[in-house]
Amino acid sequence: MSDVYVMGVDMIKFGRFPDRSVPNIGAEAALMALDDAGLGIQDMQALYCGNLGQANAMVGQRILQEIGQTGMPVVNVANACATGATAFREAWMSIKAGMYDVVLAVGVEQMGKGLLGGAGGGDGIPKEGLLGSGTMPCVFAEAGMEHAKEYGTTFEQFAKISVKNHHHSTMNPKAMYQIETPLDEVMNAEMISYPNTKLMCSVNVDGSAAAVLVSEKKAKELGMRRAVKVRASAMASDPYTDRDLVMPDVNACTRLAAKDAYEQAGIGPEDVNLVELHDCFATAEMLHYENLGLCKDGEAGKMIDEGHVELGGKVPVNVSGGLLSKGHPLGATGIANIYEVCTHLRGEAGERQVEGAKIGMTHVIGLGTACGIHILEKTS
Amino acid sequence: MSKSKPLPVVDYLKIPDDGDPYLEGYRCKKCSSTYLGERTVCSKCFVRNEMEVIKLSETGILHSYAIVFRSFPGIDVPYISAIVDLDGGGTIKGNLINIEPDPDKIEFNMPVKITYGDALGRKDKEGNSYLSYFFEPA
Repeated sequence: MSDVYVMGVDMIKFGRFPDRSVPNIGAEAALMALDDAGLGIQDMQALYCGNLGQANAMVGQRILQEIGQTGMPVVNVANACATGATAFREAWMSIKAGMYDVVLAVGVEQMGKGLLGGAGGGDGIPKEGLLGSGTMPCVFAEAGMEHAKEYGTTFEQFAKISVKNHHHSTMNPKAMYQIETPLDEVMNAEMISYPNTKLMCSVNVDGSAAAVLVSEKKAKELGMRRAVKVRASAMASDPYTDRDLVMPDVNACTRLAAKDAYEQAGIGPEDVNLVELHDCFATAEMLHYENLGLCKDGEAGKMIDEGHVELGGKVPVNVSGGLLSKGHPLGATGIANIYEVCTHLRGEAGERQVEGAKIGMTHVIGLGTACGIHILEKTS
Repeated sequence: MSKSKPLPVVDYLKIPDDGDPYLEGYRCKKCSSTYLGERTVCSKCFVRNEMEVIKLSETGILHSYAIVFRSFPGIDVPYISAIVDLDGGGTIKGNLINIEPDPDKIEFNMPVKITYGDALGRKDKEGNSYLSYFFEPA
């Protein structure tokens, strides 16, 4: 099977674009990724498009209507917040399978403002606030409190994660916000679901990201200088756990996918130089230090306290600003984090560059549950 | 026309004509995994047609929680969204009441019990009332 390389990758600056259409937002990133690869839409053999909000509305084909209708096969995917990673992975698989040499993956989302989620739907009466809460800040607060129960993790430690990611975003011009948020400001912000304050919740934004993936043969033809090798692409759903009927389990599936990814790449967590992981809430990021093996179980609090996950630390996490400050356009997030890691591996991340980065990891979780992990490696 | 007897808030809450309400579970006879609502296949051990219908326990311990300060419009806050491991198997989620929504007052693993009551005055389009379950400190 051929190795797969990212030859072009880019994202738009995340923001709010209520006057634009979903395909129009997606088309912009697609053109940017094509330019980055030095290729045109006529060179693409297939398109894998990730979008959640219009999952039944052929977004991929509508993107091609804006940038070039070549007749190539298009697959539209939806997989909750793992949607973008799923589109990228489908593209990767098509090259692995020997079907194609050059394919395009696009992730795009247009979001409203406000709370996502909600407990129970269906017949009868609303269950929100009656049978607990199904709002996302609450669901991830409950997951974080499970960690607090096990290891004594504090509100302050969770809040420090938000301070870190907001700090990182001040160096990322493509992030929604570039604003420092000191610890007291994070902790004193409006409490949404304890222990997540407003500044510990990801930002709903519109955005898109895209990648051109190529076979080894094509990569050599085009030139390897800025190519990034995909060392692993792993995906898992939630295996049975005792509480998963009422408590979506983001831990077990991350651990499954991480194990698979490390095995595919033939490396361990100690070899990873930077990680973009799914910080949909500050409480979630804490869990994934351990789920991804960046530290031992029970040591996540120490990772943030001792600065190991900051830019300049042992394994910087979410130097883009993460979902907390860069923003979280659901279907785009999984490719946007691949853009971030590739940018560091290419040595093009400017002020926030992780020095000497050779291997990076991306991770997303779609509740319900899907986990997508990619390991990427510098080639030259 | 509204009925005099309240309807159950979820289908696994049973309201017998001649007895107290209770929560119903489906338990796998092979591996003892406990589900809320009807199942025919066990998603843990994959065995088919080995489910038994059980009454879930009305006591348990607080596994995890969050305190909700912002919910959807019209929902009263704050409240405690609680995950409770029931004695004898099964985990359910609901509001923890009769305790201050303050992390200093709430202890992990504290014993709780299930109580039943009107669904906070919520009615469906036909005007029917509903019975719900809640947790309170035991």
